[in-house]
Amino acid sequence: MRYWLALPFLTLAMSLGGCSGGNETWHAKDISGLMPPLEFELTGTGGNTVTEEDSSGSLRLLYFGFTSCPDVCPTTLTGLRQSIRQLPEPYRDDVTTLFVSVDPERDTPERLQSYVQFFGEGIVGLTGAEDALRRLSKRYRTTFGYDEPDAEGNYNVSHSSAVYVFDRTGEARLLIRPGLTTAQISEDLSQLAR
Amino acid sequence: MPDFGVLAPYDFSPLTILAFALVLLAYGYALLNMEEQRRPGSVRITAFLIGLLLCYGVMQTRFDYYSQYMFFVHRGQHLILHHLGPFLIALSNPLPVFRFWSERIAPPLQSWLRPIGWLYRGLQQPVIAAFLFVGLIYFWLWPPIHFDAMLSRSLYWLMNWSMLLDGLLFWWLMFDPRSPATTSALGYGKRILILALVAIPQMVLGAWIVFSRGMVYDVYEVCGRAWPMAPETDQLLGGLLTWIPPAMMSVIGILIVLRRAMHEDGKVVGVRSLAGENAQ
Repeated sequence: MRYWLALPFLTLAMSLGGCSGGNETWHAKDISGLMPPLEFELTGTGGNTVTEEDSSGSLRLLYFGFTSCPDVCPTTLTGLRQSIRQLPEPYRDDVTTLFVSVDPERDTPERLQSYVQFFGEGIVGLTGAEDALRRLSKRYRTTFGYDEPDAEGNYNVSHSSAVYVFDRTGEARLLIRPGLTTAQISEDLSQLAR
Repeated sequence: MPDFGVLAPYDFSPLTILAFALVLLAYGYALLNMEEQRRPGSVRITAFLIGLLLCYGVMQTRFDYYSQYMFFVHRGQHLILHHLGPFLIALSNPLPVFRFWSERIAPPLQSWLRPIGWLYRGLQQPVIAAFLFVGLIYFWLWPPIHFDAMLSRSLYWLMNWSMLLDGLLFWWLMFDPRSPATTSALGYGKRILILALVAIPQMVLGAWIVFSRGMVYDVYEVCGRAWPMAPETDQLLGGLLTWIPPAMMSVIGILIVLRRAMHEDGKVVGVRSLAGENAQ
């Protein structure tokens, strides 16, 4: 009887051990194998179609937000810019930040352009029709939703607070959760860029 | 015009739809073709169908979308997949349907299915069944595992299916209509003991979630919620759903088993081969 009891524990322990395999250590959450590779077709700030091909060869940081976002989005984007600036010289131009606005109603390409400009060079503002945005967010198992507008027509948007990191070949590698320091993000990115 | 979009699956899974359709067909065919006196009554058929429909509904309708992006809806989904749905299905006593099909399965296929029978008997050992029932809840709610399961589509499906299958196994073990006096079905005392024992760790887990000050399951924060809702409220509701309804279902289960045990007290039980067929 006692052996029967030990069996499920053993299987559980073994399966848990299997999850933490690999010899690289990251500050961010390792999502290798959990998510499909980068793929999208959205509208850029110039009204042009942008796909993952346009930035292939560089590390891609995918982030969902909206320009009227009061605090989370600016904080995250500023943090990312600082982390990229702290990278070793040769890698700094190898990182593309993809800022996807999930509020196409308010975020016109022009508005998006002036917003992303504020956060530096390697950042691309993207948006699209709501169903294209829904498809992309579903692919990365996230979502967004809108609050009821107030008297002035302002409304809050719920969206992912994480940054998805894809390597040069477009494979999903890391998920940067809020709370990491810029030094930690920078360390992870440079390890990935090598 | 009503919006039928909510009935469409959020994450279309052909295998899931096929599985539910096959079960429904097998059940319906058996009902129509079995002898009159073996056929379950309308209450039992309704219980079976409601159980099946509930499980299908939380997996292949808009409900699944909310389950992926709201913790408390996710807890509701598992409450149905692991508790309420299988509870109704087991209580509906589909034994005549099983017998109908086992009489019609060709002998070569039967020998192929034998390993499944061994696996089934292994999983239905009372200690293993109880351990699995609670263990799966703890396993999928272990914060790092839960995080991965919500991020990975395949893990997510594995999680939901494992909950449903384990729920069916467990509640069938509890509500097996065959009398333990005449067959090898689990004794009523042991069933009551298991039902009481599995309730305790579920209450502990639920209470822990409810009273946690910090965010235990930040994946819903990270991945965005279906609508803007305070994370604390979401976690509180989710914790309550893990805590109270499963404990209540254990109590109801105990009452049902007790009633059966009392009913059988001092009775001579009928013919061995057809035992349990007409139990309610």
